[in-house]
Amino acid sequence: MNSYLQFIRRLCLLMQRRRFRSDLDEEMTFHRDQVEQEYVADGLTREAARSAAARQFGNPTRLREQSHEAIGFRLETIVQDLRFALRQFQRQPGFAVLTVAILALGIGASVAVFGFVDAALLEPLPYANPNRLLDVAENSNVHPRSNLSYQDFIDWKRLDRSFSGFDAYTGAGFLLHTSGGAEPVPAARVTAGFFDTLGVRPFLGRTFRTGEDQPGAGKVVVLTYAAWLTRFGARRDIVGQSLQLDSDNYTIVGVLPRGFSFAPRGSAELWVPISELTECEKRRSCHNLFAIGRLRDGVSETVALDDLKAIAAQLERQYPGSNQGQGASIQPLATLIVGDTRPILLTLLAGALLLLVIACVNVSSLLLVRSESRSREIAVRGALGATPARLMRQFVTEGFLLALAGFAAGIALSVWLMGLLAHLVPSQIAASLPFVELAGLNAHTLLFAAVVAAITAVLLALTPTLRLSFQKIQSGLAEGGRGSAGRLWRRLGANLAVVELAVAVVLLTGAGLLGKSFYKLLHVEMGFDASHIAIVNVQLPDKAYATDAARLEVYRTIERRLGALPGVESVAITDTLPVGCFCNTDWIRIVGKPFHGEHNEVVERDVSPSYMATLKAQLIRGRMFREDEDKTKPPVIIINESLARKYFPGEDPIGKKIGDGALDPKSLREVIGVVADIREGALDDEMLPGEYFDGYQQLDIGFSVLVRTAQSENSILPDMVSTLHNIDHGFGVYGESTMIDQIESTQSALLHRFATWLVGGFAMAALVLGVVGLYGVIAYSVSQRTREIGVRMALGAKRGTVYRMVMRQAAWLTAVGLAIGLACSVGTSLLMRSLLFGVQAWDLPTLAGVATVLGSASLAASFLPAHRAASVNPTDALRTE
Amino acid sequence: MTKKPELLPGTLDMLILKTLTRAPLHGYGIAQQIKRLSDDVLTVEEGSLYPGLQRLLVQGWVKAEWKMTETNRRARFYTLTAAGRKQLGIEVSQFEQMIAAISRVMSDALEA
Repeated sequence: MNSYLQFIRRLCLLMQRRRFRSDLDEEMTFHRDQVEQEYVADGLTREAARSAAARQFGNPTRLREQSHEAIGFRLETIVQDLRFALRQFQRQPGFAVLTVAILALGIGASVAVFGFVDAALLEPLPYANPNRLLDVAENSNVHPRSNLSYQDFIDWKRLDRSFSGFDAYTGAGFLLHTSGGAEPVPAARVTAGFFDTLGVRPFLGRTFRTGEDQPGAGKVVVLTYAAWLTRFGARRDIVGQSLQLDSDNYTIVGVLPRGFSFAPRGSAELWVPISELTECEKRRSCHNLFAIGRLRDGVSETVALDDLKAIAAQLERQYPGSNQGQGASIQPLATLIVGDTRPILLTLLAGALLLLVIACVNVSSLLLVRSESRSREIAVRGALGATPARLMRQFVTEGFLLALAGFAAGIALSVWLMGLLAHLVPSQIAASLPFVELAGLNAHTLLFAAVVAAITAVLLALTPTLRLSFQKIQSGLAEGGRGSAGRLWRRLGANLAVVELAVAVVLLTGAGLLGKSFYKLLHVEMGFDASHIAIVNVQLPDKAYATDAARLEVYRTIERRLGALPGVESVAITDTLPVGCFCNTDWIRIVGKPFHGEHNEVVERDVSPSYMATLKAQLIRGRMFREDEDKTKPPVIIINESLARKYFPGEDPIGKKIGDGALDPKSLREVIGVVADIREGALDDEMLPGEYFDGYQQLDIGFSVLVRTAQSENSILPDMVSTLHNIDHGFGVYGESTMIDQIESTQSALLHRFATWLVGGFAMAALVLGVVGLYGVIAYSVSQRTREIGVRMALGAKRGTVYRMVMRQAAWLTAVGLAIGLACSVGTSLLMRSLLFGVQAWDLPTLAGVATVLGSASLAASFLPAHRAASVNPTDALRTE
Repeated sequence: MTKKPELLPGTLDMLILKTLTRAPLHGYGIAQQIKRLSDDVLTVEEGSLYPGLQRLLVQGWVKAEWKMTETNRRARFYTLTAAGRKQLGIEVSQFEQMIAAISRVMSDALEA
């Protein structure tokens, strides 16, 4: 207690060092003056008195130093320790470099991953009071979160009492007319209060005013900062200018701030109010919006949900045809934006931290080995009068220095890693993962790095001191004093190796399971041949292609002209690409089947006649669409196997009629064929019931063109684009890609790939560190036992026996490490179950593979020291001391 | 200049504490007091006085504050704290034991 108080007092003095110095100076000046006066009183002249006083007083600097020593922290001894530590590292630069590199790897990896975790999960969204913002949607028995119908939204907004702001948004795309031609630009349509509800203030101009989302309001547009920068030359006078989107003129009223992002519509560069309603938005049964709501003060999420559910129930009674089974769902907006990535990020963070643990353990055992080899030095210093505390401080200083260097190198590595990782995310995915861009060094990451480094420093400082307290000075000085140290080493060092191996097993298992999931994900049943397909999206200028006749004409022209390109086997057009989403759905009703207003939701695609052939999808019954089956012919439909199985169990669907919920005669289509399921939803979704309308009967203004080619699908893309522009310069042509790229860059594939590569990288590093750690243990124990081995051999032990002796120790450590690791890894794999796809947490082949890899690597690593032990020459060994 | 007898090691703290029992003093005053009370036998060198005072401050046995002297100059006055008074008691009793022990040894040596 007393020493604690003293410490505090010293600390205070240290803080007020300047004050202390001036106090002391004044005090001493006073003293000298008094002495001087004494001499004057004794009859000396003033001059003589002054020099006499100065003489008596002595060197004031020395005096000051002595007083400092009395109160200070013995700064110079710390400097001494530092100097000595640096000299030690200089003497063994390899050790220092290796240690710092290992630490940098561990710290760098964990800080980099933490950077993303921080940006995604800890940093608030860039809105005012983001925790009061909710994602609002409808739900149904098949969709836990489904689009909101505009008509429903209007009623919800009118009746709701829980939100202070409630606004809807949906995606859009425009052809922006510039001097260089037409460019398709991703956009979003929102209700007028959208930005106010988010609490976003414009960088220039204004956002939307109340009433600007009403039919007949003037057409206005707000630009994102990026669009303003790249498309409009960052002109300050942009507000008030007009621009042409599709065939309409819009007035630019504002520019959004630089930090703005809205991940659900991440790629949108232009924001316009929902003023003119689309056909879909006029119908209550058509769902194309999502909404955001800001909770009123004091209103909880539960209350808000109950409120919306009550409204939904009321609408259900009022409009049974369109609203049966349509409820409400809410979740925090943050969950919508980063929810999917949470388990992956947390898994990665756990992986990185495990790597850090291995790195620390590895460095600790390196330090331990080094402290063994320094036992003589320590004993000598102890004998010369160094107190145990002083010796310990030396090790603490060294550990601290190493941790500091590792911290610095780790920070540098993490900055590089974060840049690299952010760079690896394709831009269209990055738009929906806003945090990718935001990850970087900031107060949070630095604090995390500092905490990690501090823990490391403590660990590194403690390991050798632990050893110090075990050992007596005398045994260190004695020549034959390896015995006790060896025992300690064997106990502690071997335990450390086991820890390393176990952690390596956990990481390897995780990587193995993720890798297997990723493989399964990419090799999931597609229902079509994804190779050799090139894709281009086309947006037709709306005025020029207003009629079905004009569109049909251009569909045929596109297919003919692209089909004539060298190497092209077939061309097809679809409104929605496969491996996309459980979206663009339709509610169906089958003529002649009982119906009670339920929503039979199926995915709906408009595809040209050559589509199935181009995809190489398999026809099971009936026929495909014919080339001449256009609007003049009876409406036809092809269904997939899932739909046939669900709605036509045990019967032949061919010739049956499918229509909308009201069986509106205009909606009736005759089933002409059944195809094997084509994967329409995401890779990890189930196969969904689906219907395919004849694209020549259901013509769209925006669509994707698919080309199957005999040659490389990438090389044909430029020709496709130029051919399309030759057909009509006014086409918006964008998103050139290949089917394989498209699939591999879907969010689920991407997240899985990221997790796999990163955890795989961590696991490889862990494997290397773990095996090196084991090698260190075995090699050290062999070097310590050289003499013993020599004696054994001199007494007649065979080389084989020596091999066995060393290998048995290695095998034992490996087995224990493996056993602990495998047990732990089943537990950790269960924790990351949500990331696994098509593989169980206790997947035996993976566990067996990990055991084999690690086991053989460990045995290979311990073979070297065993070989060295077996080649010991008994005479040399006995003479070593 | 004849060499003055040096202070017994370890007694400086005790002497400083003792001089402060009567009244707060500044550094120079402490040195003067010790010199005067010992009839000029004991001289406290400044080189040990000031480090010693800092040590006592850190231990919490004395407090320091700036005050005016009779000659109206600013000086740093040291005051004994309660802890210091206790410490003085301890040191005095240790010192007495030590002196008694030494004198017992010395008287024995003289008799022999």
